[in-house]
Amino acid sequence: MRKTRKKSKLKDLWRRLKRNKLAVAGLVVLALLIFVAIAAPLLAPYGYSVQDSKASYAAASPEHPLGADKLGRDLLSRLIVGARASLMMGSIAVSIAASIGIAIGATAGYFGGWTDNISMRVLDIYQSIPMLLLCITLAAILGPSLQNAIIALGVCSVPGYARLMRASVLTVRDKEFIEAARAVNAGNARIILQHIVPNAMAPLIVEITMGIGSCILAGSLLSFVGLGVQPPTPEWGTMIAEGRNVMREHPTLALYPGICVMLSVLSCNLLGDGLRDALDPRLRN
Amino acid sequence: MGKFIAKRLFMLIPVVLGISFIVLLLLAITPGDPAKMMLGTQATPERIAALRDTLGLDDPILVRFVHFLGQIVQGDFGTSFMTKRPVFDEMITRMPYTLLLVSVSLGVSVVLGIPLGVYAATHHNTWKDNGAMFISLFFVSMPVFWFALLLVRFFGVELRWLPLSGIDTWQSWILPIVATSLGFVATIARQTRSNMLEVVRQDYIVTAKAKGLPERRVIYRHALKNALIPVIMVIGNMFGLLIGGALITEVIFGIPGLGQYTIAGLTGRDYPVIQGSVFILSVMFSLVILIVDVVFAIVDPRIRAQSGRNNSKKRKVGNQIEEDPQEIEA
Repeated sequence: MRKTRKKSKLKDLWRRLKRNKLAVAGLVVLALLIFVAIAAPLLAPYGYSVQDSKASYAAASPEHPLGADKLGRDLLSRLIVGARASLMMGSIAVSIAASIGIAIGATAGYFGGWTDNISMRVLDIYQSIPMLLLCITLAAILGPSLQNAIIALGVCSVPGYARLMRASVLTVRDKEFIEAARAVNAGNARIILQHIVPNAMAPLIVEITMGIGSCILAGSLLSFVGLGVQPPTPEWGTMIAEGRNVMREHPTLALYPGICVMLSVLSCNLLGDGLRDALDPRLRN
Repeated sequence: MGKFIAKRLFMLIPVVLGISFIVLLLLAITPGDPAKMMLGTQATPERIAALRDTLGLDDPILVRFVHFLGQIVQGDFGTSFMTKRPVFDEMITRMPYTLLLVSVSLGVSVVLGIPLGVYAATHHNTWKDNGAMFISLFFVSMPVFWFALLLVRFFGVELRWLPLSGIDTWQSWILPIVATSLGFVATIARQTRSNMLEVVRQDYIVTAKAKGLPERRVIYRHALKNALIPVIMVIGNMFGLLIGGALITEVIFGIPGLGQYTIAGLTGRDYPVIQGSVFILSVMFSLVILIVDVVFAIVDPRIRAQSGRNNSKKRKVGNQIEEDPQEIEA
């Protein structure tokens, strides 16, 4: 019984999301990007680090559809493989941040009192450091690598999810079904995990979708300043940094990776916007 | 009112203490030996031991914390390893550039973003609204550093209208300010629009319309005023995001501000510089939030009343502000 209801809820969400053309476009682009990232070695016409001195700064041609960089590496292949690092930064960092944030927010919101007070004050302090500054600092201190960049991104994004979850839990906490669960003597852990969290997740879905976008964006910045993915592994931010030096003569080398970042972030934002409208009870019909 | 300000100032104390503690922890979470890293691979064990001693790396964390606080109070953040100059003096000389960049960008974002949002809201569901919002979304989704590079390439290299970098003339500030603020123009416009659409559904707008007030008056006197409160309340947060943005714009445009100093410190693992800049920038950010809070408590009695009822900063949830730091982060 519960399963069918859940299914129809999802169906309902999809039905309402479907009407928003932009959101569907975002979803399609995102799905394509995920596919490209997974199938990267099969799709890329060349290896990402295959050098060809004759093709140095080659213009777009049938052999190199988007041209090649200084070492003659095919730009299209590097962009395709670069999708992996960017999507990994986005998805893993958000998973880390959302799980920690949801745990903090749900406990703080459910128990209230001093638990709530202490966690919120700690978040206040945490958030008084500008987010990007903290992120760059953590990444620099942990040492430049993809893994550390993901950790830094994840750790910095926690407060947003925690606060949102707390606010959402507060609206659910005093509902009748929670009271009912308590009446049948369900433990706190069970109430939080089974009843509170699933019912408080709706606003988080939007935040998570957009969060993936902003982590991709911040991740590309980390790579740009040399704190993320290390060469020769391609990443869009790193590629922009490499293209920067030859911006005057070969602007496309920095142009295309930037477009890739923008497209992926844009599709996350479009999908997030669409989900927000689809989940908004006031717009429901 | 005095009570509110006093309370708000009092709340700053734990925040500043917390920031100092985090800044101190930055050294502690460094993998490996910070002293070894600063001195390089050729350093003798004696020199490393001496540096560990000066940095107090072998003391218990609480002792170091108290020591660190004592130094901060005296404005002593140590000496930069790279430039051999006191970090505090350097930061003071660099601060005006960053403040100029951040505050002008903030001003530009507000001045352009709010009218754009009102325009989109008053043309709701027309192509003007959709177009404006779609373009804003583009700017929100763009990597700032990439956009900055494109600006330099186009206006600096291609057209030769504006200087590529530096701060010699007022023209050289145009590109950095445009690069920093465009994303925020878009963010403010989007937020203003959604708040306006929210407010327009309220009963008092219906009343205002029903009693025959002209549309313009309803929009500007009744709707906009109420829609702006949440927008302006996130301006404090926006300042923090702008500081983050300034880090990178300063590097790209060669502005000798705090951002450039911070990035140089970070890439050179210059710990006193890192600690000093994170501390100063965060305290600056907290002060701006404090000022925004106080100004709004003066303007809007509801905020004052709310903070009187519960002594925590719950106004964010209470006033139904769409708190969305992720979205405006870039």
